Amino acid sequence: MLPATLARMRVAIIDESAVRASVMQEGLAQLGDCEIFVVTERRGLVRRISEIDPDIVLMDLGNPSRDVLEEYFAVSRALARPIAMFVDDSDEESIGASIDAGVSAYVVDGFAQHRIRSILDLAIRRFHAFSRLQNDLAEARGRLAEREVVDAAKRILMQTRRLTEPEAYSELRKTAMNQGKRIADIAEAVVTAHKLMGGE
Amino acid sequence: MADHFSIGFLPLVDAALPILAHEHGFAADEGLKLRLVKDVSWATVLDRLLYGHTDAAHMVAPLAIATTLGRGRPAQPLAAPFVLGLNGNAITLRPDLAASVVPQGGLGNPAEAGAALRAIALAGKDAGNPLRFGVVHRYSSHNYMLRYWLAGCGIRPDEDVEITTVPPPFCADALEAGEVDGICVGEPWNSVAVERGAGRIVLATAQIWRRGVEKVLAMREPVLEERRGEVEALVRALHRAARLFVDPEALVTNAAILARSEYLDGNVELIQRALGDRLLLDQEGELVHFPDFMFQYREAANFPWVSQAQWLYTQMLRWDRTPFDAKDAAKAARVFRPDVYRSALTGTDAPLPGASSKVEGSLLQPLAVGTQQGQITLDNNAFFDGRTFDPAALEAYVAQDSYAK
Repeated sequence: MLPATLARMRVAIIDESAVRASVMQEGLAQLGDCEIFVVTERRGLVRRISEIDPDIVLMDLGNPSRDVLEEYFAVSRALARPIAMFVDDSDEESIGASIDAGVSAYVVDGFAQHRIRSILDLAIRRFHAFSRLQNDLAEARGRLAEREVVDAAKRILMQTRRLTEPEAYSELRKTAMNQGKRIADIAEAVVTAHKLMGGE
Repeated sequence: MADHFSIGFLPLVDAALPILAHEHGFAADEGLKLRLVKDVSWATVLDRLLYGHTDAAHMVAPLAIATTLGRGRPAQPLAAPFVLGLNGNAITLRPDLAASVVPQGGLGNPAEAGAALRAIALAGKDAGNPLRFGVVHRYSSHNYMLRYWLAGCGIRPDEDVEITTVPPPFCADALEAGEVDGICVGEPWNSVAVERGAGRIVLATAQIWRRGVEKVLAMREPVLEERRGEVEALVRALHRAARLFVDPEALVTNAAILARSEYLDGNVELIQRALGDRLLLDQEGELVHFPDFMFQYREAANFPWVSQAQWLYTQMLRWDRTPFDAKDAAKAARVFRPDVYRSALTGTDAPLPGASSKVEGSLLQPLAVGTQQGQITLDNNAFFDGRTFDPAALEAYVAQDSYAK
């Protein structure tokens, strides 16, 4: 997939005020490289958004449906998209703070058109950076847990079979290779078996 | 120091205490200038709080814990020194569904209603048309209460039915349009659905857990530290507002204040009913008085029991399907700050419990408890299924729950 900055950006505007939505649509249309979808109907919102599959969702801060969308994106992480919020009055400082904080961008009503694109890009970048951070974190946690179980398995082998630590590790690795499994899986099996046999 | 202290809120009846503390001048008496900021989604209330647009917020308690633990967004520790209310929510079903689950005329019995609902839910699931429920937020007490009830009645919330998010103002609409078959929401939104003939109230969440924690006053932990004096002043002002909230003579005035356009912008009659624990269960019926419906003051309701935060943490594990984590458990418990509540109210006539935690769901009748000052008698705080939650045995409690697939 092309990065969002190179591809045509799919933008969904959710606003129950059709007039305001069309003003925003016009502003974005002049950027030329956006495909814009306007959703004014509250019912079936989630289904409609999943059909549009936008790169970014723009909505008014005063729209209660924001909780609905956030929930939808939280449940189906693969579909998660940045949500940018528009507010009627705000200042530069709070916009900056919002974007730094992560997932949402606040854009002042009556925005300068040359700025909106960079704001949108930034919102998307920030959003993805956060998703990446979470994935990295999950991976790191997984690795840590694996190391712990391998250590536990080594200790069991060392105690029950009087092996040295390198020998115990080598046993685990050999078995893993023979069975075409990961060392962590074998270690997990050793620990489970040990527990079943009444070990601590 | 800022010249005012701003509090974000959603237009719900249980946003009453900050509003009343402001309108009755209790905050001003404490030297505080409050600014109340209304929003329409919890995500936005939370954003404003985290970005520093507001100093504190009226917040669904589980969301304060989820934010502290970094569920769904970068973690930011929040602190809740004051509970804005217990319960006050209800489960409202489509009238035809309600009729087959609960006998006419009165609130249902949770276990019996659940058993009847189970048969319908399973039939719907088998027919490829599962029952759908709306809750106001994934990290809300509404979601946890509804799920606790369903699971306790043998209905698996994620497999047998569907639970989606519906913002409170859209609940009646969603019922009417058939988008959902039931909602779990606070007042006045159940009553709005009833008035429109879109639903019938079948259970109050107080029947699921007699003394379930609902909204808290939440703030970022650094704000609590930097503005500790103001926060304690706010706790005192809120406590006075809570006392006035339950004063029958103030009911009409309070309802009129809350109904104003800058606050709930709602029907004063419906708000007055909620404040007086009176519910019109269905369009044809009569008002039912259910004194346990909403708890804003009595029985030290505003005291942030650490065990309440811990129970919410167990439900978060249960429904997010995440394993117990000792560090997270400690962080979750730390969100509720009885130390701040005590420090703010020591020396006033507010009763202060001696303990900071209790075994939730353990009381079936009134019990006078040990206090640091004043007198407190706690009444029935049972869960509908008779289970108890002992925070000292949190892990064992979580292990019992893992059946709930």
